[in-house]
Amino acid sequence: MSNPIIDVRNVSMKFRMPTQKVDNLKEFFMMKIKRTVQYKEFYSLRSVNFQIAKGDRIAVIGHNGAGKSTLLKLIAGVMKPTEGSITVNGSIAPLLELGAGFDPELSGFENIYLNAAILGKSKSYIDEKLSKIIEFADVGDFIYMAVKNYSSGMRARLGFAIATEVNPDILLIDELLSVGDQTFRQKSLNRMENMMREGKTVVLVTHDINQVLTYANRVIWLDKGEVKDIGAPKEIVPRYQQFMKLR
Amino acid sequence: MFVGCVFEKKGESNLRFFQKYLRYIGTFNDYSYLLVMLIKKDIKIKYKGSYLGILWSLMNPMFYMLILTLVFSTIFKPSINNFPVYLICGLLLFNFFSSSTNASMRSIVGAAQLIKKIYVPKYIFPMAKVISDFIFFLISLVVLVGLMLITESTITWNVLFAPLYLLLLLIFCIGIGLIVSTIVVFFRDFEHLYSLVVMAMMYSSAIFYPVDIVPERFSFILRFNPMFHFIDGFRTVVYFGEFVSPNNLLTCILISIVSLISGILIFEKNQNKFIFYM
Repeated sequence: MSNPIIDVRNVSMKFRMPTQKVDNLKEFFMMKIKRTVQYKEFYSLRSVNFQIAKGDRIAVIGHNGAGKSTLLKLIAGVMKPTEGSITVNGSIAPLLELGAGFDPELSGFENIYLNAAILGKSKSYIDEKLSKIIEFADVGDFIYMAVKNYSSGMRARLGFAIATEVNPDILLIDELLSVGDQTFRQKSLNRMENMMREGKTVVLVTHDINQVLTYANRVIWLDKGEVKDIGAPKEIVPRYQQFMKLR
Repeated sequence: MFVGCVFEKKGESNLRFFQKYLRYIGTFNDYSYLLVMLIKKDIKIKYKGSYLGILWSLMNPMFYMLILTLVFSTIFKPSINNFPVYLICGLLLFNFFSSSTNASMRSIVGAAQLIKKIYVPKYIFPMAKVISDFIFFLISLVVLVGLMLITESTITWNVLFAPLYLLLLLIFCIGIGLIVSTIVVFFRDFEHLYSLVVMAMMYSSAIFYPVDIVPERFSFILRFNPMFHFIDGFRTVVYFGEFVSPNNLLTCILISIVSLISGILIFEKNQNKFIFYM
């Protein structure tokens, strides 16, 4: 594949869990001296390889603990892989946690600036998008109130409006929109579909087979941290369902 | 606007090393507005809900100075003239060091929720804390200026060197802030240990006593304390109104550069592990 937008090469992610939680100096030194700091190592991802082309809509499937969320976090750059490399050639909007960057003490208005800045945007850029964001979030006069007074739906709406309005190249989605009321869900689905039509790259983690069939053009099937298969949804999904039944 | 980048673990050549730091500068550019936002946020939130607001930044050192003057001026009267000015020079500088490094120490742990979910250059958090504290510190310098006017201190042209010392102090504090914020991620008790370190530094910075009362055999303690040099240099140009001592200035430059470089290296070496400890 020439010039992939996301290039994941030989990525392994090893977690080292100390069997006892050591978080103070005394304990740490005591245990170092006694040589009893023990770690349990486990691989959340093992030698994962794949490329994503611009405009691809990838669904990542697999049972709980297969490493799907770890993979998304690695692509988002929240964590670095233990081995291998990940190259991302574009800007990312993580829809993993909507409004994760909100400061509850600041107003919705101020939080738009804060959150967009967290996504790496400049002031002039945000100024330009401001009215669109407010319009889409549709929180009315609450926009001038502290976010701590928002309902969870309002937070999600504002978060979604910001994350999609910053015009990212890549959307990372963990469990498509489980928040908000029916109207908002529809509205945001529409927006997402529009973005897909515009040729945005989407990486979607989901357990919902219908969503996979509706939105994805390729599926990455993870099993116990390894890529079990990559291919077209029509081909992978039936085998995946078969596999899940057998377990 | 590229957020992502290549990250590789092993076998870094020199060229890569430079490329990496070049890329840092690029990301810094992308996130410079975030830095501004975080600083603004800190400033806005600090005195939120208090009636006197920013005035506290002035009243705090003023009252502290009054109390210490009452306590100490009788003891040191013969050796220090214009004790309040002498005192407040040291006090303001030390307060800035203490509060900025303390605030940045908790900044990474405090931003855990964000760091766990979204990619942001993490050094921005300790840096924003130090800079926002620096702004409060600059405001509190009004107390010093006021006091110098009231006591009719002689102010010479040498005072123009003062901003240089403040800049060096800022660089020093950013370096220390990066270091302590890293350590605290791994060892939460460092917070308590650090307050002891700061206290020891305060008593050995010659803030409220004259330098020459320290016996020769103990003076190495002062020289070992970085804050002593900053305060000493600042006082030379502001309180004494004398020309900078080249020795002192060089020491301060060296301290701040060493602090910043070791801060960057320590932070950079450990930042990928932060997430496992939060």
